[in-house]
Amino acid sequence: MVSYIDKIKEISKQLLEEGRVEMVIGFRKGTVPMMNEPYFAKTPEAVEHFVWDSNCGINLCNYLTNRTEKIGIVAKGCDSRNIVTHIIENKIKRDQLVIIGVPCKGMIDRRKISAMFEAEIGEVIEDGNTITVKGADFEETIDKKDVLQQNCAVCIHRNPVIHDELVADPIQEQTDVDRYADVREIEALSPQEKAAYFEKLLEPCIRCYACRNACPLCYCPTCFTDESRPQWVGKGQDPTDVSTFHFLRAYHCAGRCTDCGACERSCPVGINMRVFTKKLEKDCLELFGWEAGLDPDVRPPLDTYKPGDPDDFIK
Amino acid sequence: MKIVQIEKENWEDGLKKLAETYRLFGPVKEADFHNFKQLEAGQLPDLSCLNTRLSPKSIIYPQTEVMFQYSLDENEEDHHILKEVDKDYSPRAVIGIRPCDAKAFELVRLNFDTAEYKDPYWLSAYEATTLVGLACESPCRTCFCTSAGCGPYHEEALDLLLIDNGDQYWAKIITDKGEAFLAAAGWTVAVDEESALKEIGDKKKVAEDKISAFVKTDKLREIETNDLYNASFWEEVSFACINCGTCTYACPTCWCFDIQDENRGNRGCRIRNWDSCMYPLFTLHGSGHNPRSTKLHRVRQRFMHKLKYYVDKYDAGIQCVGCGRCIRQCPVNIDIRRVCGYMNNVVASKDACDV
Repeated sequence: MVSYIDKIKEISKQLLEEGRVEMVIGFRKGTVPMMNEPYFAKTPEAVEHFVWDSNCGINLCNYLTNRTEKIGIVAKGCDSRNIVTHIIENKIKRDQLVIIGVPCKGMIDRRKISAMFEAEIGEVIEDGNTITVKGADFEETIDKKDVLQQNCAVCIHRNPVIHDELVADPIQEQTDVDRYADVREIEALSPQEKAAYFEKLLEPCIRCYACRNACPLCYCPTCFTDESRPQWVGKGQDPTDVSTFHFLRAYHCAGRCTDCGACERSCPVGINMRVFTKKLEKDCLELFGWEAGLDPDVRPPLDTYKPGDPDDFIK
Repeated sequence: MKIVQIEKENWEDGLKKLAETYRLFGPVKEADFHNFKQLEAGQLPDLSCLNTRLSPKSIIYPQTEVMFQYSLDENEEDHHILKEVDKDYSPRAVIGIRPCDAKAFELVRLNFDTAEYKDPYWLSAYEATTLVGLACESPCRTCFCTSAGCGPYHEEALDLLLIDNGDQYWAKIITDKGEAFLAAAGWTVAVDEESALKEIGDKKKVAEDKISAFVKTDKLREIETNDLYNASFWEEVSFACINCGTCTYACPTCWCFDIQDENRGNRGCRIRNWDSCMYPLFTLHGSGHNPRSTKLHRVRQRFMHKLKYYVDKYDAGIQCVGCGRCIRQCPVNIDIRRVCGYMNNVVASKDACDV
């Protein structure tokens, strides 16, 4: 994946030099291992700061919302699907964008890697399918496939679905993955067990809203949690309020979520709130044959009515 | 001052005795990381922890704290009266707090304990608390305490400083509270102070030499506020920010709160919750106007507060102890070291008036 970066720089530079865009959004190298920072280049020189590796898990579509200028944006599969959703929802116009597509080979889960070592990690180097982790007095090489973000491990849309440039030939999509094994496990629980599971899952939440704010879908001018007239949900640490926030946020993403994993990746206390959005993703797939963000010309199922829509839930 | 030797084999017994007098808090590993928790009977603090994910500020200053409550039920005594809520201010001790997190309480105190205002909740909790520090032998690569007015053996705000010495801890007594804590545990064997102090001095030097990250703050006070405020780097600094509250909630020195009334049926309470300058709601006026309407405003405010306004107001250094949590936990890798570097390097604008 490292070879992608030359192409990203080349395309970005050209776009800026030709004045086709005012800025290109990508990543620059992070200051700590396994982190990169979303970054914009407005000059051909600034393009040199761009990087591409397996630490680009933040969804860059999040940085497009309501922007008015012409923008080049580096987009992996999930980012591109959120761009499609943004176009459908009028958060950006297609003709404002030059999409630099990146066939994605999966992002690594820094929490998973950190948890594998007691000592502090000093450096993480990737080379194709292997990841070498170095600390003060240890060095270990691991398989990248064992430390992928869980959403990447089950991803079936690694290639950008919409793009103007492509930094490399499309890669083989995964076909033999079980995308919803975790959801089925929770579905099989009794209501009491589910409640207990969710309570434990959300117990560490500090309501920093990193999950919401990292999500390209969460662009409401005032989130329901921030409303005060009426106040839908308490702002404290009461478990009912905490879970109400997570449940409602997930429902707002139904039929829109692309499982990019930005929410889980951003959580400072390691909560996998993706179990909620994945359940809704699974329902949309099963009920409507729908996967979000694949086609800018098709209205999402929760946005339309068809006489044949499933209605078994109406008792 | 005195140094007491605690044999590690007596550690558990001592803690058992302490639990009779104190509510004990310490680092506990849950899932993949440590946090400070109240220790259950027999539970030991995990002193192998490099540092906790969240700072221990919540032990004194909970994220959500009920201040008052009321009932409209006329069958209840004192109905229709907003009453203070009973609090447990019995002695508590935080075991294994790192020197940076302890010093943070001194910084926060500047806000909660002033000549004009005294925050009763924070002060009562703080006064009830004994801080038993643990010197850092293995600072993280993101720790920059030594250039943030602190250090791996820093003693400010601590009542005791524990130093790992193989089969023993040395406990350096800093306050009377610390001495009382040791007495309650039955740890009373003093060591030869002179030689121990020399050895502690050597260990301190070794630990300080391991610090590999630094910030430069020497110019912050003299640079004009407006030059910093109007500096060109804020767009770059703030671009990646998603305006979540992670940095402010993980920070041991962030003290802002919001007050909320919550009611249900015929009863309710007034609570205070941590708030964050990263949130648009933080400064939203009743009129609908928001003086910090963009994320650039909000990101700039956070760094200006910590690295300029605080510096100017208190003349006590920066509002940061260098614990590095915000660096490690920021979902988009905004690094206060980089921002501090930008700020400290601002050159005065040419058109600034010389008075």
